[in-house]
Amino acid sequence: MERIPILKIGPALLVTIQVDMHDELALTLEEDLTNRIVATGAKGVLIDISGLEIVDSFIGRMLANIASVSRMLDAETVVVGMRPAVAITLVELGLSLPGVRTALNAERGMALIAARLADLAQDDAPDADDEDAAPGA
Amino acid sequence: MTRMPPPVLSTLPIRRSEDVVKVRQEVRARAVQAGLGLVDQTKIITAASELARNALEYGGGGEAAVEVIQETTRRGVRITFTDQGPGIPDIEQALRDGFTSGKGMGLGLGGAKRLSSEFHLHSVPGQGTRVTIARWK
Repeated sequence: MERIPILKIGPALLVTIQVDMHDELALTLEEDLTNRIVATGAKGVLIDISGLEIVDSFIGRMLANIASVSRMLDAETVVVGMRPAVAITLVELGLSLPGVRTALNAERGMALIAARLADLAQDDAPDADDEDAAPGA
Repeated sequence: MTRMPPPVLSTLPIRRSEDVVKVRQEVRARAVQAGLGLVDQTKIITAASELARNALEYGGGGEAAVEVIQETTRRGVRITFTDQGPGIPDIEQALRDGFTSGKGMGLGLGGAKRLSSEFHLHSVPGQGTRVTIARWK
């Protein structure tokens, strides 16, 4: 069966959509990603849509669903690489993708995920954090 | 010696979700042929995607006729979607954002109308629906 590949890079999962997806393929990706988040304990999901010529309401809903589900599973989704014409069209369509974090490109998206990981690491080690903050005290 | 003009109309069946992808690709080819810019191409392809899915989900399948249209001073692309489904009892309600009788986001009809320069909807309950959209260069 046709599938969109999901790569694991450090603590994040990377999906690059390069084909014009039919609806079942989009649903399969949603399910595969959810399973991979749980299996790998990934804290971030980066979805590169720079290869997509259009995002219609179905694909838009898929992106929103992935963002919501991953949030419930303690992972943050960042959608990167949206083409300008796609952004203009989505807004006119009435779909502004609330709840979906976006970044201009993969590099910035990875930086967002790295920043979240750094925050999580700080929260996990409050004592070490205090010492760092006031070394002379 | 007469040269054959390029074919200006193609009719595609809409029976499975892969057919929606084929409609998008055909509309893209025709929009390029008509000389539409990137944003206009993206808008009409997205509108066509919504309407092709509607024909599949609510109309039980149908067909799309895609054509390049020419007037004295302008060119464009026109798509006519036809299905023999249950029809739309209340068109005004169906055009409203957020209205859905299925699993979509309820942006399909209203969104497709906003993305098109021309939009005509004809529906007879119990007989079917025909939607025509066009976008000019």
